[in-house]
Amino acid sequence: MADPMKIRATLQGDVADVRVLMAHPMETGQRKDAAGKIVPMHFIQTITAQLNGKTVFNADVSQAVSRNPVFAFKVKGAKPGDKLSITWQDNKGDKRTDEVVIGAAS
Amino acid sequence: MHDTRRTVLKGIWAIGALASVAAAGLLSPGRAFAAWNKSAFEAKSTIDAMKMLGVANAEDSKAIEIRAPDIAENGAVVPIDITSAIPGTTSISVFIEKNPFPYTGTFDVSQGAVPYVHLRVKIGESSPVRVVVAAGGKHYMAAKEVKVTIGGCGG
Repeated sequence: MADPMKIRATLQGDVADVRVLMAHPMETGQRKDAAGKIVPMHFIQTITAQLNGKTVFNADVSQAVSRNPVFAFKVKGAKPGDKLSITWQDNKGDKRTDEVVIGAAS
Repeated sequence: MHDTRRTVLKGIWAIGALASVAAAGLLSPGRAFAAWNKSAFEAKSTIDAMKMLGVANAEDSKAIEIRAPDIAENGAVVPIDITSAIPGTTSISVFIEKNPFPYTGTFDVSQGAVPYVHLRVKIGESSPVRVVVAAGGKHYMAAKEVKVTIGGCGG
């Protein structure tokens, strides 16, 4: 199981400014290890964000996203106390979901 | 004689392809469009990837703002901010033209997100970063050149 994501959601009016840091190697399948063997591809393919259980943001990405990916996006219609969850899935079928409560921090 | 053989082979391939498409459709109804677009992600040129996504006819637009460094010292982590001012924007797609596989991703903002996204990407060599925005069934495009310093002397 992968390490937890770091999610920060701050409200600006009714728009939640979301930043997320995921812990993932994002191997491209182009890199060789010290022994000269190609390191197999291992990267996040899909990302979904839900606000109180309803999908609000979706992404399909490739191995060109940097290691330990950072994404930011803005969700409309958010209030303090709303639950924002983010899920990613990689090409090996690994998944991780983490949740934050908007406005609880800061 | 060779021609006939070719035609026959092609026919077999076509039947096989159709059969597998049908099988995939039966096994996962409704997932066909939502699934990760493997063929577009594996396309080796931007235009091929765009064709597979059905966005090759995108017209240029000044309403898409791409914020990325003009010169990136570290090609492994290049921050990009994209904002679309086109009304009714539903998705934002990113292509890095000179990467081995240019199609980098699509961000769907149609279900309650603002048409904005920030991401960090790997760029192998200096290349235009191309952004295609889908809005109201049409496609719009903008590009920004990012130079990557080679040799790692940037420190």
